[in-house]
Amino acid sequence: METLAALLVGTLAACGTLLVLRRGLFRILLGLALLAQAANLLVFTAAGLGRGDTAIIAGGAQALPEGHPDPLAQALVLTAIVISFGVLAFCLVLLRKTRARIGATGISGLANTET
Amino acid sequence: MPFDFLTPAFCVAALFLAALVAPFAGRKTDRFPATLWAVVPGAIFFYFLSGSGPVWEGSIWRGSLSWAPELGMDWDLWVSPVGLLLALLVSGIGTLVVIYAAAYLKGSDRLGRFLCFLFLFAGAMLGIAVTENALVLFVFWELTSIASYLLIGHFHEKAESRKSALDALLITAGGGVALLAGFLLLGEITGSYRIGVWVEAADAIRAHPLYTGAFLCVLLGAITKSAQFPFHFWLPGAMAAPAPVSAYLHSATMVKVGIFLLAILHPVLGGTPLWHFTLLGLGAITMLWGALVAMVQTDLKRLLAFSTVSALGTLTMLLGMEHTLSVKVAMLFFIVHALYKGALFMVAGALEKGTGTREITQLRGLMRSFPLLGLSAVVAAFSMSGLPPFIGFIAKELLYEVKLETPVVGIGLLVCGIVANAANVVVALKVGVLPFLGESPTTEPKSMKPTKIGFWIGPVLLGFGSIAFGVFPDAILGRPLEAMVAQIAAEEVTIELKLWHGFNLVLLLSLVTVVSGVALFLMRERISRYSDALRDRFGWNGTAVFRSGIAGFLSIAGAITRTIQSGRLHTYLAVIFSVAVAGLIAAWWKSGYVLSLPMRGEIRPAAALTTISLAVAAVALVRCRGRMASVLLLGCIGFGIAAFFALHGAPDLAITQILVETLTLLLFALALYGLPAMREERRAGVPRVPAVLLSVAVGLAFTLLPLKAFDVQVAAPVSIELAAKSLPEAYGRNVVNVILVDFRALDTLGEITVLLIAALGVSAMLGTRRSGFSRERLESSPVLSASARYTAPAMLIFSLYLLLRGHNEPGGGFIGGLVAAMAAVLVHLAHPAGRLRLFRLGAASLMVVGLATAVLSGLPGLLSGAAFLTAQWGPEFSLPAVGKVKLGTPLLFDIGVYLVVAGVVLMLYEAMEGRRVREKMEPKPAPMP
Repeated sequence: METLAALLVGTLAACGTLLVLRRGLFRILLGLALLAQAANLLVFTAAGLGRGDTAIIAGGAQALPEGHPDPLAQALVLTAIVISFGVLAFCLVLLRKTRARIGATGISGLANTET
Repeated sequence: MPFDFLTPAFCVAALFLAALVAPFAGRKTDRFPATLWAVVPGAIFFYFLSGSGPVWEGSIWRGSLSWAPELGMDWDLWVSPVGLLLALLVSGIGTLVVIYAAAYLKGSDRLGRFLCFLFLFAGAMLGIAVTENALVLFVFWELTSIASYLLIGHFHEKAESRKSALDALLITAGGGVALLAGFLLLGEITGSYRIGVWVEAADAIRAHPLYTGAFLCVLLGAITKSAQFPFHFWLPGAMAAPAPVSAYLHSATMVKVGIFLLAILHPVLGGTPLWHFTLLGLGAITMLWGALVAMVQTDLKRLLAFSTVSALGTLTMLLGMEHTLSVKVAMLFFIVHALYKGALFMVAGALEKGTGTREITQLRGLMRSFPLLGLSAVVAAFSMSGLPPFIGFIAKELLYEVKLETPVVGIGLLVCGIVANAANVVVALKVGVLPFLGESPTTEPKSMKPTKIGFWIGPVLLGFGSIAFGVFPDAILGRPLEAMVAQIAAEEVTIELKLWHGFNLVLLLSLVTVVSGVALFLMRERISRYSDALRDRFGWNGTAVFRSGIAGFLSIAGAITRTIQSGRLHTYLAVIFSVAVAGLIAAWWKSGYVLSLPMRGEIRPAAALTTISLAVAAVALVRCRGRMASVLLLGCIGFGIAAFFALHGAPDLAITQILVETLTLLLFALALYGLPAMREERRAGVPRVPAVLLSVAVGLAFTLLPLKAFDVQVAAPVSIELAAKSLPEAYGRNVVNVILVDFRALDTLGEITVLLIAALGVSAMLGTRRSGFSRERLESSPVLSASARYTAPAMLIFSLYLLLRGHNEPGGGFIGGLVAAMAAVLVHLAHPAGRLRLFRLGAASLMVVGLATAVLSGLPGLLSGAAFLTAQWGPEFSLPAVGKVKLGTPLLFDIGVYLVVAGVVLMLYEAMEGRRVREKMEPKPAPMP
C-alpha cells in the first residue's frame, strides 16, 4: 500500500508541477493546490500507513496498541492542511489583483510591473 | 603617572564623546572659540607623556574590558612602546591640528561637523594604539577608514572630492577586510586574538601551513592603508581634503598605521624570507616611484603627498631589512616624518589661504608676508632633505649605514635610495624654499592673511621640535627608541644617535645625494618638460585604472543580475523546481540507495481504488481546459485524499480535509465569479517537452522520497514517547489533538499566527467591505434561508461539541473552528444583507480574541516556573453527550485555536464575498491604473 501511495504522491507532484510550469496564472494556482496536497500526502505516507487503526487510545486501554499510526505526522499534516488553505486563499486574491493590475496582457506582463 | 584604571580606554571614549558634542558646540563658533577643543587631545597627550617613563623602560601596561567574551572579543588594552609613540603622535599632532583647523575653517558652517569627524578619527587612532585584541583593533582600523572617507569628502559639493573619498574608502576598507581575514587566520592558528599571545607563539605561527596566507592578508591590509605601490594613488587623491586633514591623517598618523601594524606584528610574522623580500621589494619600488613623481609635481599638496608615499615606502623597506639598526632607523624616521610632513602640510594650507593658490610656479617671495611660516617651512624642508643639523639628517645617515651593513642589500637598493633621496632634496627645496625666495611676490596676498597664531603655531612647534630632537637626540629619543626596537625586533640593541659620525663613506654618500639633489633642482624646468612628454606618451594613471576597474566590475554585476533576474515568472519556477529535484537526486545518489520497489504493506481494495482514482483525477486536471471543471476536479481530488486519510486511521485529518475542501470550493467560486475568461498565452510558460520532463523528474523525486524514508531510521520516532505520555500526563486519548494543543502547542501557536497573517494579507489586498451601498437588493434563495434557520444553530452547537470532545475523540479546535465558520457563512448566504457575525463578534475580533486566548493559556505555565505553554490542569467533570472534560490550559488553548480558525475563515470569506458584491453592484468596475 505504501508503494502505491508513494506513486500517488509522485503523480500528484508531477501533475502539479506541470500545471505550474505551463501557461496561465489560474493554472499556476491549481498546480500550487495540487503540490500542497502532494506534500501533505508525502508527510503522511512517509510516516507509514499502518493497518487502518487510529491514533486514539481505546476506552479501557492506557496506551496505543502496537503498530499504531504516527500521531505526530498526523498533527503536522492537520495544521498543514489549514495553512495551505490560507495560502491558497491568499494566492486567489493575488490572482484577482494581478488580473486587475495587468489586465489582459497575461503573465508576460508581470515582468513589466515592477514598482 | 602609571597607566591604570583603564584610563587609556577612557581617553578613547573622551575623543568619541567630543565627536558627539562638537557639532553642537561648534555651531556658534563666534561665541565658543573652536580652538578650545584642542584641550581634549592636548590633555590626552600630556597624560600619555606623563605615564611614558615605565613604558620606555620596557614594562608594558595591560588591562581588559569585557565586551563579547564568547566571541573572543574583549577589549584588551595595552600600552606598548610603539603604541605609546603612536598615541603621542595622534594626541600631540592632533592638538596642533585642532588649533590649526579652528583658524583654517574659521567662519565655515561646516566646522562643527569637521571637528566631529576629526575627533572620531582621533578616537579610532588612539584605539588602534592602545588595543591589543586584534578583532577590536580591526574595528578601530575600519573606523579610521570611514573617518578618512568623511573628511576627504569635506567639500562634498565637488564631484572629484566625492570620487577621491570613495577611492580611498574602497581601497583602505577593502584592505581592512583582508586584514580581518589575516587576523582570523592567526586566531585560528593560536586560539587567541591577543597580540601578546601571538608574539609568544611566533615560532609555531611561522612554521604553520597557514602562515603564508595570514602574512599576505595582513600585508594587504597594511600596504593599502599605508599607500604602498600599487595602491598608492588614493593618497594623492585624498588631497581633496582640507589642509588640516592632509597634515593629520594623510601624512602624520593614518597612513602610518600600516607601518605601525607591520612593526608590532614583526615579532609574530617577521624573520622569514617571505617577509624580508616582499617588504624590501614593495618598499623600494614605492620609495623610488613616489620620490620621482613628487619631483615633477607643481601642486604643493600633491607634491607633498607623493613625497609621503615615498617616505612610507622607505619605512616599509626598513622594516623589511630586518636588522636591528634598520628597525631603529625606521622608528626614528617614523617620528621625523610625522613632524616635518605635518608642518609642511600646514604651511601649504596656510599659503593657499593666503594667496589663493597652491601652484608652486605662482608662489614667490612670500617670506616677507609670512615670516614665521617661511621659517618653519625652511626648517622642515631641511629636515626632510637630510642636511645637518636636523633630525632628518640623523635618519638619513642611519639609512645609509644600514644599507651598507645589511648583508642582503645590493647595489640596486643603494642606488634606489640615493635617487629617491636626491629627488626628496628637490621636493624639499621646492616646498620649503622656492615659495619664499625672491623679492616681490608675484601674487598679491588675499585679504585674509594667515598670520594669526593658529596658522603658524603648528608648523613652528613641529619644525622646531625637529631641531630640539636633532641637537639632543640621545637625551630625548635614546631610551624610547631602544624600547621600541626591543618590542619590534624582540632583542635589545644600543645604537648611537649623534650628528657627527666623522668623515666616512656614509657622509660621502650623503654629500653626493645633496649635491645631485641641488643639481636636479636647478634643472627642474627641463625635468618637468621631459616628464610631461613621458606622461603624454605612456599615460598611466593608477586612479583611472582603478576607477575603470570598479566601473567594469559594476557593469559585469549588472549583466549577471539581468541574466539571472529575467523577470519571467516561469523561468523562476523552472529554476526552483530544477534545483529542488537536483538536490534530491544528488542526496539520493550519495546515499547509495538502491530502488527495489518492494510492495510494502497489504494492499486493501478500497484504499487502492481511492489511490488509482486520485491519480486519474490529477491527470484529468492537467488536461482539463474549462475553469469551473478544473475547480470541481480539484475538489474531487481533495475529497479523495480525505477518503484516503479516513482509510488510513486519520479521522481528524479526514474531517479537516473535507471541511477545508468545502471552503476552498466556495472561495474558488467567489474568486472566479465575474473574472473575465482568460486568454491563454501561447508564448508564456515553459515549452512543452522540458516542462513534461521536469514534471516527471519532480514526480519521481516525490515518489522516491517516501520509499527511501521507510528504510531510514536514524533514531526512535519521537511519537512513540508522545503516544505513551498522552493519557497519563496530558489526560487525552486523541494523541493527535494532544500533540497539537499540549506537547507541541508552541508550533500550533505559530501556525495559527501564520493563518492570521494570511487572512490579514487578503483583507489588506482587497479592502474590507465598507462601501456603504444598499444591500437590500441582494436576493437570497428562500430554500437556503429556510434551511439555514435550523441547520446553522445545529452546526454551531456541533462545532462546540467537536471542540470539547477533541481531546479524546476526533475533533478539536481546528475542526470545530471550521464548522463554526461554516455555520456563520451559511447564515450569511441565507441573509446576505446581515452582517457576518459569530458569537456577536466580527472576523477580526474573533482572530484577536482567539490569539490572545491562546497566548494567555501559556502564561500559567510560565508563572508556575515552567516553560511557556506548559500545561496546567484543573478538575475533571462530565458533560452529557460529550463525556469527560478535564479543565486545563490546553483546553483554553484549543478554544483560542477554534476562535482564530473561525475568524480567519470568516475574514477570507468576507473579503472575497465583499468583492463579489461590490462588482455586482457596480457593473463596470473602474479600470485599475
